[in-house]
Amino acid sequence: MKKVAKYDKKRIAELIDGTLEFYQLKDMMSSHKDPERFEIYREVLQDRVSWDDPILLPYGLHLYIVQKANGDRIVKCDCGHEFCDYKENWKLHARIFVRDTEEKMNEIYPKLMSPDPEWQVIREYYCPGCATQLEVEAVPPWYPIILDFEPDIDTFYNEWIKKPLPTVK
Amino acid sequence: MAKTLTGVQKKKRGIGWDGKTLKEMRKEITEISKETGHYAGLKTLPFKESDPIRFEKIYSKLRGGVVHARETAKKVAASPIVEQEGELCFSLYTPEADSIVTSTGIIIHVGTMGAAIKFMIENDYEDNPGIADKDIFCNNDNHVGNVHTCDVHTLVPIFWEGEVVGWAGGVTHVIDTGASAPGSMPMGPVQRYDDGYQVTCRKIGQNDVLSKDWLLESTRSVRAVKYWTLDEKTRIAGCHMIRDLVLDVIKEEGVDAYKQFMREIIEDGRRGFVNQVKTMLIPGKYRQASFVDVPFKDLDLPSFAKLNTIIHTPSEITVHKDAQFEIDFEGANRWGWHPFNATPVSITSGIWVMLSQTLVPNDRINDGAYYASKFGIPYGSWFNPDDIRSAHSNTWHALVAAWSPLWRGLSRSYYGRGYLEEVNAGNAHTSNWLMGGGYDQYGQLSAMNSFETSSCGVGASAVQDGISHSAALWNPEGDMGDMEIWEILEPLIFLGRQILPGSGGAGKYRGGNGWQSLRLGWGAEEWTMFVAGAGVMATDCGLMGGYPASAGYRFQANKTNIKERIEKGLPIPLGGDVDPDHPTYEENMDAEVVYRDRQAVSTQEQFGDYDVIMNYLRGGPGFGDPLERNPKQVEEDLNEKYILLRYAEQVYGCVFTEKNGVYTVDLQATEQKRKQIRKERLDRSQPTKEWMKGERKQILNENAAIQVKHMYAQSFALSEKFTNEFKSFWNIPEEWMIYEDDLGVPTLGSRINRFKQKKKQ
Repeated sequence: MKKVAKYDKKRIAELIDGTLEFYQLKDMMSSHKDPERFEIYREVLQDRVSWDDPILLPYGLHLYIVQKANGDRIVKCDCGHEFCDYKENWKLHARIFVRDTEEKMNEIYPKLMSPDPEWQVIREYYCPGCATQLEVEAVPPWYPIILDFEPDIDTFYNEWIKKPLPTVK
Repeated sequence: MAKTLTGVQKKKRGIGWDGKTLKEMRKEITEISKETGHYAGLKTLPFKESDPIRFEKIYSKLRGGVVHARETAKKVAASPIVEQEGELCFSLYTPEADSIVTSTGIIIHVGTMGAAIKFMIENDYEDNPGIADKDIFCNNDNHVGNVHTCDVHTLVPIFWEGEVVGWAGGVTHVIDTGASAPGSMPMGPVQRYDDGYQVTCRKIGQNDVLSKDWLLESTRSVRAVKYWTLDEKTRIAGCHMIRDLVLDVIKEEGVDAYKQFMREIIEDGRRGFVNQVKTMLIPGKYRQASFVDVPFKDLDLPSFAKLNTIIHTPSEITVHKDAQFEIDFEGANRWGWHPFNATPVSITSGIWVMLSQTLVPNDRINDGAYYASKFGIPYGSWFNPDDIRSAHSNTWHALVAAWSPLWRGLSRSYYGRGYLEEVNAGNAHTSNWLMGGGYDQYGQLSAMNSFETSSCGVGASAVQDGISHSAALWNPEGDMGDMEIWEILEPLIFLGRQILPGSGGAGKYRGGNGWQSLRLGWGAEEWTMFVAGAGVMATDCGLMGGYPASAGYRFQANKTNIKERIEKGLPIPLGGDVDPDHPTYEENMDAEVVYRDRQAVSTQEQFGDYDVIMNYLRGGPGFGDPLERNPKQVEEDLNEKYILLRYAEQVYGCVFTEKNGVYTVDLQATEQKRKQIRKERLDRSQPTKEWMKGERKQILNENAAIQVKHMYAQSFALSEKFTNEFKSFWNIPEEWMIYEDDLGVPTLGSRINRFKQKKKQ
């Protein structure tokens, strides 16, 4: 029977960087999850960003929900760009590029392999600060912009992992 | 007072425990589980806690035995779908039809076979036709809760000293069930009555012997009789192995221990699921949506089915504070006259297939997880039709699209908690399904459904690429099968199998690539063929900056001159259609009819010797911004033909030098090019809120294609919540609305309509 795994910061950093060998990933997938993963992961990510706002939750690749000194919780890119309150949809505060013609689709997909823009468009959301493509939606025209994730941060910290929320030093 | 017949029947001793009927037992278990929040009201697990080794020993015996039954019984089958691809599954149930333990394979049927047994219980089968030791029942009725007609169930009650102690169930995916078109998932059916031979929980055998009338009727109702017959023997063999196994366990452990065990193992499964939710997820809400095209306007179908529309499946996962897991599909649109409808049981059961590969990756797949979850499935939607006429033969078309975004939703949790190894950007739309039938190369009436689609591309993870040409989300064990085996079984010769560049979604980690087979007609008589895949739409988004996998298309050519070209030694079409912007198939043959278009679902057309048809198996979505992909990996992809040069340059921003057909990435130039692309992104994009103003005008002017408006009109008609959220998001005036009746398309069967109901009031 597999034991509950335990990994150090170096291993989690390698996981984040995508440099682990497959047998190592397979071992992580097959083992019982390490309960302390979240804290180590959060620390590794915090060490990597250039700003000091404590990360409450990694929210997506490059995106974090961070704690501000005034008590606000906001969505922030690792480049430093601050989007909005974490209850809002950050995409509404991003820059958008919509592929709604065959020509624009053909920049990404060969002929016949893209969505037909009459049926479906591709919306690309970029960070206004670093121009990273943070999310892509493939939806029919008119579709409301999707608010992907509304985490219950307080329940997560207080009742699930039973750890204090990171605070501004 | 004289005894009435009803009075006598009431006093008849039930076949359940302690003289109860199965119906009474079902009612009791449902009520107590609901009241207490624990399966069977078990707040503690006395057996497991007092004697854990014995408890686990029984579990291991049953689990091992059920898997063994599957592995052994499948050798009875001749069907490549069952024998090669493993499209079968066995499960053991309580007397009330709750699943205790399940084999490997297509475990979606944990729920569907349970639904069939529940149907028999609900309809008093105990009285008529009677449920006795050594009876055999069969079901494949879609509206009882099956996935689609080709999934045929064999159900065998297990008795101990006159009492039902459980049920064994086995299912195989049968190659043909006599639908209006050949193959297991045919295109053509638009009503239940086109879907093929449907057997509604029928008693087909007694004393372990199949009835003659059943054997005659069933084998006269389907094509490909040998596969049907051997599949049935497979299912019966497996069920009888499980029955023997249970009786052996009872002999060894005692019936009371077995009864206590079956209750506790399900409650244990429920607790295990709750524990996994708390271990791996983050409480909150997760939203996503999927879309699949239904391009039926120009197909050869009844007039009421001839329209283009989109199947819309929004989903909201709520992970509650107490770790209850809920999925609400409010906003999904209406069922339709197409074979892509589904039942609530099939969509929820399929979710367990998915969860067992991510959230609960263990062997305790039973109904415990079901009792820990809640689903909102709108009545009248495509996966809960309000009309028994709905067709379901190709239900996977919509189901796989509806499930894939759920992986993305859960992946946001895995990502947040740092379990990056579990992140999955979604899954391929597991198609094309290449189907056909007629008199095969052996002169036998036959049918085919190529299960090469068991090997599509997997979505990317947060730490590595999705696996290419390898898997399908509905059967964790599937593979593409050997070409030599398919050629023995199907009248189609392979002209190649090849990776399709760019079919996996681009990303920091790209989606697993799909691939293509090219098949040449050979040796059949009066054979027809058709394709069934997603066409003009990507059925899922990418994740966190990755692109969706590519959409589908079809290629087919009839009445070609390939025979003459072979005789003259001239080139013929071979391999995949690797760059559809610069196609080569047509350069290497002449044909009277060529289909190279987005019509990726078609109906039967005659298919002769030297006709060719492409089978395109789709890729998976990507993860992360493609500009962050390691340039060396892009170089590798290019040299191994997973992407085309121009996309390596413009999507991944890489610059290459080429020598003797081998590309080498220029890292410095790539860095510059990527900086330039980022700059271009900012130049060509606009603030989202600015863009929304323009899109809002498009909505107010009702400027969209008819199929898009039809999709919204259906969701509006079924869901007030979706309508309100839509209008609120776009700040649309109260009076604005799109109605199905105003679109000039057929509306037959559109009965549930909150607008019409309001008018009546």
